[in-house]
Amino acid sequence: MERLLNLTMCLMATSRFLAVSELGELVEGYEPGVTAEEQDAFRRMFERDKAYLREIGIPLETGRGSVFSDEVGYRIHRGDYALPDLALAPDEAAALALAGSLWSVAALAGPAASALRKLAASGVSAPGGGEGGGTVTVGEARRDADAGGAAAVGLGMLDGFEPRVDAAEPAFEACLAAVQTGRVIRFPYRKVGDAEVVERHVEPWGVLSWRGRWYLVGHDLRRGAERVFRLSRVAGAVRLVGPAGAVVVPADVDLSAMVSAQAPAERVRTATLAVRQGTCHALRRGAQAVSTGCIPPARPRPVFPADMDLLERTFTDTERFARWIVGSGPDVLVLDPPELRTAVIDRLRAAAGPAAEGEGR
Amino acid sequence: MSSATERLSRLLALVPWLRAHPGVSLADAAATFGIIQGQLRNDLDLLFVCGLPGGAPGDLIDLSYSGDQITVADPQTLDRPLRLSVDEATALLVAARALADIPGLAGRDALDRALEKLERAVGSSGRLAGQVRVSLDAAPGTTAARTSTSEAGASEAGEPEPVLAVLQEALRDRRRVHLRYLVWSRDELTERDVDPMRLLVREGRWYLEGWCHRAEAVRLFRLDRLDGVRLLDVAADPPPDAVSREVGDGVYQPGPGDVRVVLELAPPARWVADYYPVTDARELGGGGLEVTLYAGETTWLHRLVLGLGADVRVAAPAALAEEVRRLARRALAAYGPSAHGPAVDEPGRALPRAATVAAGGGDATGTTGAGEPAGPGGPGGPGGAGASADGR
Repeated sequence: MERLLNLTMCLMATSRFLAVSELGELVEGYEPGVTAEEQDAFRRMFERDKAYLREIGIPLETGRGSVFSDEVGYRIHRGDYALPDLALAPDEAAALALAGSLWSVAALAGPAASALRKLAASGVSAPGGGEGGGTVTVGEARRDADAGGAAAVGLGMLDGFEPRVDAAEPAFEACLAAVQTGRVIRFPYRKVGDAEVVERHVEPWGVLSWRGRWYLVGHDLRRGAERVFRLSRVAGAVRLVGPAGAVVVPADVDLSAMVSAQAPAERVRTATLAVRQGTCHALRRGAQAVSTGCIPPARPRPVFPADMDLLERTFTDTERFARWIVGSGPDVLVLDPPELRTAVIDRLRAAAGPAAEGEGR
Repeated sequence: MSSATERLSRLLALVPWLRAHPGVSLADAAATFGIIQGQLRNDLDLLFVCGLPGGAPGDLIDLSYSGDQITVADPQTLDRPLRLSVDEATALLVAARALADIPGLAGRDALDRALEKLERAVGSSGRLAGQVRVSLDAAPGTTAARTSTSEAGASEAGEPEPVLAVLQEALRDRRRVHLRYLVWSRDELTERDVDPMRLLVREGRWYLEGWCHRAEAVRLFRLDRLDGVRLLDVAADPPPDAVSREVGDGVYQPGPGDVRVVLELAPPARWVADYYPVTDARELGGGGLEVTLYAGETTWLHRLVLGLGADVRVAAPAALAEEVRRLARRALAAYGPSAHGPAVDEPGRALPRAATVAAGGGDATGTTGAGEPAGPGGPGGPGGAGASADGR
């Protein structure tokens, strides 16, 4: 670890490219050795160290050490290394701190927290130098906001707001990793209403949380088409099978549109319902009261119990709407349209059990 | 990330962070970095022997911790934090965009400004952030269903999320609100005064947490079940013992008096396991699923089971099964004699007279509504039967 830190600092301090052999001499912790075997071991060690630095995002520049040398040299340009100063105002810092606290899923919460620490390590200036002025950092701005402190002027609107996004689906981390590395995946999947589990082979384009649930959007290789998968229906381990960077995401992919468009657009129809007074508040929301006086004389006046109101409400999916209405039991009576009425009666019959059919005969 | 790269990343961030927080205590620094103090001491001792080539005292990182204060006198080249990695940029950008996309959220201007600066600063590290998205749309229905409610903060129809704006204002100014709230599990509209404590989003749903003066307890209210909000000219004054509920494990927490319910779901009803707080699920033959859940109130269960019709069988308790059958028979009676037989009923015919229908409903009682399941409603997700508003 010392060696990695020393190497990083050495490469940052140099303005010219340093060759591997020079680094071996300069950096505390390297032993370039004399025999071919020792030098080999040193070179392997350097290659591994280089990979570590690149893995955490340190921009290693390569170039020729000098005009007299063919050997590749390395350096770190400090301007490329350092996080630029964001010059965040206190309310902006607080807003980002709030954003950083959004995740309760480890694969995103960890990186978000370390991002916030980096921002906090790069002190941000408060504009206008108000009370306590000078410098605030991301974490402090949020704490002040929580405490309603003086620095919290203008932060109040996000006060007491605690959004959290979780990912309880076991498949989430592997799918996120596949998206982030651009690798093809295979996983067993169970479609809604299907007992059967089918192996899917997918180029992942993105992961999306919508209405509290995670979805994978991608190109299903076997079906040769775009597909949306709900992660809770992934029925086993997700395997990353292809090489990194193999997946090319089309530029015009709109994840949200793909997920929200899963439901086929349907004809919107209007149902006429009689609803018992004082009940079915949920159903009444979004419904219009029907004034019986407005019904054209050509149509028969609907007949319904005196303790019910006549309502009109739009719906798209007959079976789903029927399920909802049947849930209200005797408090809703469907007058129109006939197919909804039939669907409701069928469900009621099933729920009533065999005795009801006996009664009816 | 391996433990080596994780530690290297932390050490590189630690030096400039300590510089920006002169005299910070070991405890605070350890807490910020999510490590124990012993690990922090190890990190500091390690940094102490690192530095530039040469190894002379002036080439090394100069830091000290005495008593409980850490001071960095010379960070060498580590005076600035490393730019954000792709993972870090993704995590923060996606979160900030999710918040900035919330319609009607007050305080968004700060988010928008911060987001712009962040996007500029992360550069190409943010390239993957478009492939992860969180959609936290404000409580569905808070606009459309509100048009008939003159009480909502902004009265104009179609105005975006007046309810959210009113609640945010109440939280900021610490004022009491009057709520008209639909207790879904009992299908009851209630009126109550509430001292707001927090505005939460959990599992994609919005909640107001507050001290409810009607229940004299801390309660959670789903924003999509608010039928109206009025800001009162009274300071919010929750009692000192009003504590936030821990909602980490989902919002619904089974209570000691809850009834154990076992349902056998046919394949078309399997989605129930995704939307209701089931504690146990077992595969049955033929694609069926047996689920176990706990419920304090059973009104919402009556509705669920009734609606599922032939796709569900109540295995336990027997009283629930019997009540559902009773309700179905009463409902069926209203459709007239032909509804019992196999013939398809025709509209506008054989409708009952008022006298033939027994008065129903009205079984709402006075208990509180906070213990509702988090997700009653139909499959609203795109993987379900559809995403229309019917099953909300």
